[in-house]
Amino acid sequence: MVSYIIRRLLMMVPVLIGMTLITFSIVHLIPGNPAQVILGETANQTAIENLEESMGLNEPYLNQYGLYVKDLLQGDLGTSLRSNAEISAEIWPYIAATFELTIFAMLFAVFIGVNAGIISAWKQNSWFDFLAMLFALIGVSIPVFWLALMEQWIFAQELGWFPAYGRQDNRDPMAPITYFYVLDSLIHLDFSRTGTILKHLVLPSIALGTIPMAIIARMTRSSMLEVMKSDYIRTVRAKGSGQFLIIYKHALKNAMIPVLTVIGLQAGVLLGGAILTETIFSWPGIGRYVFEAINYRDYPVIQSGILVVAFIFVIINLVVDILYKIIDPRINY
Amino acid sequence: MSEIVLELKELHTHFFTDNGEIPAANGVSIKVHKGEVVGIVGESGSGKSVTSLSIMQLIPSPPGRIVSGEINFKGENLVRSSEKRMKKLRGNEISMIFQEPMTSLNPLFTIGNQLIEAIRIHQKITKKESRQKAIKMLKLVGIPRADAIVDEYPHQLSGGMRQRVMIAMAMSCDPELLIADEPTTALDVTIQAQILDLMRNLNKKENTAILLITHDLGVVAEICDRVVVMYAGQVVEQGTTREILKNPQHPYSQGLIKSLPKIHEREQKLYSIPGIVPKPKTGGIGCNFAPRCEFAFERCFHEAPELYSLEDNRKSRCFLHDNNEGEVKKHAKSDIES
Repeated sequence: MVSYIIRRLLMMVPVLIGMTLITFSIVHLIPGNPAQVILGETANQTAIENLEESMGLNEPYLNQYGLYVKDLLQGDLGTSLRSNAEISAEIWPYIAATFELTIFAMLFAVFIGVNAGIISAWKQNSWFDFLAMLFALIGVSIPVFWLALMEQWIFAQELGWFPAYGRQDNRDPMAPITYFYVLDSLIHLDFSRTGTILKHLVLPSIALGTIPMAIIARMTRSSMLEVMKSDYIRTVRAKGSGQFLIIYKHALKNAMIPVLTVIGLQAGVLLGGAILTETIFSWPGIGRYVFEAINYRDYPVIQSGILVVAFIFVIINLVVDILYKIIDPRINY
Repeated sequence: MSEIVLELKELHTHFFTDNGEIPAANGVSIKVHKGEVVGIVGESGSGKSVTSLSIMQLIPSPPGRIVSGEINFKGENLVRSSEKRMKKLRGNEISMIFQEPMTSLNPLFTIGNQLIEAIRIHQKITKKESRQKAIKMLKLVGIPRADAIVDEYPHQLSGGMRQRVMIAMAMSCDPELLIADEPTTALDVTIQAQILDLMRNLNKKENTAILLITHDLGVVAEICDRVVVMYAGQVVEQGTTREILKNPQHPYSQGLIKSLPKIHEREQKLYSIPGIVPKPKTGGIGCNFAPRCEFAFERCFHEAPELYSLEDNRKSRCFLHDNNEGEVKKHAKSDIES
């Protein structure tokens, strides 16, 4: 197991190098000169040359890349052009916000999706199966922005059950510690606040989790149906065990292997691509952080944002691979 | 004769498909006595496996269903039994092992886990005791390093070893009846012999009745006391192994035995029964085997023969045994002898 993890970690190295190469190139592939962009169109030539000199833009590309990687390894993501703050310090609240939202969205998606898939497979061709798969079809086809707006309209505006936007009640903000607000409120032992924060999470989690939920449900169903036909399930039946043990022990574990892949990919997609949901629900996440940086042509932030999202994706894949190994003893790289 | 463990009476298991109703088991009657090894032989598609799965009530449904008939296990009709009752019987009083040892064990759980599960479904004993029992069972079926193997996964074992594990699992609750559906088909010949030896020993030691399904007459000769020959969903002949192998009565059994390679004779080409097993059909007229039978005469194509009782408790489903067909019989007999 340990050697498997070490080998798997070593396999990450080329991926990480590739990632830094791409983010590094972004600055050099965009039209115009970074110094020009920073100083604005009206800057004079000497100022531009001075800035190029101080930023090291005159150095050969290889040296620049070396410097970039060296800074990255020291945790230095550069400075935001807009706020002049260290990105590494500035980015964390955004990452935490996105993480929190993704975790809840995936909990929703996995819990409902996997169970709906199991029951659909168990009661194949029943009315439940039919309805669940109809909803799954609607779920994958529904545009996120539409779903989000409908949620806000029905559950926030009309029914008033949940707040329409934000992570917490902004009139009464909390002193953040980890920036995972649910965790923070628990650390503060402020449980009524935990309730408020969870309420804020409901609508965006559902909006974000619906597509993964539908995909996971369909995947689980087909995977379960496949496994239920296998010889070892017949063996378990011949042993005299009940349907529950057959499904939740023997079939589910085997069926989860392909489902796990989907869960990992979907979690990665949510982390990077939640811009729509984050914008509609005014959720201060990484998607919006990068999106706004694009509006301001804040290249270091764009660069670092992309790098961080890619890095998280790689980590999720690592976790999925380790889970594979835990589930399936036959897997070996 | 000792007491009867299992008695099938006119079992009809039909499959309802888009192409109509297929009577995979078409009136099968078989008896298995305590401690007896009964073989069911026949080509692929003759209804052997369907019969065995019917006994376990494990016919995939839909499309399959037991339409009529009785399956009496120690006097209890299983066709009428509830699923709850069947769960108590399966793996406990009636066990089954399958053709494919490579895929019959769940790849994601250890051998021990799966064995212990089989034991603990039916016996109220602690995890620790059941683990001891699991190791004991593995030793009983001749698995070396049983203490280590309990914690290994199926993919770490060979096919023969996995089949031993399956047998250990099937025997773990001392069943009255073991159904073995082609247990040696996927194994090579030396392993085959070992597995058959093992089954024979367990049969002797534990007095477990075995219903062995196979298409291999060699396997039958090795361990069966009695043989049932099936063809197109019906029993066509039954009798003791010795009698059937030495002196088959039904033309189909004769054909099967003639198709065996003989070690003392050099033959250019091995005999084979012409044609293939027809799809079983309902309400068909005539003997199912008639189109492939070399003795077939007029009547065989118009009327289905019954199972005629012969001397020595033998039975054969062929008009050659009808006393009114004396003429034909004599003719056929001389044909066989020549």
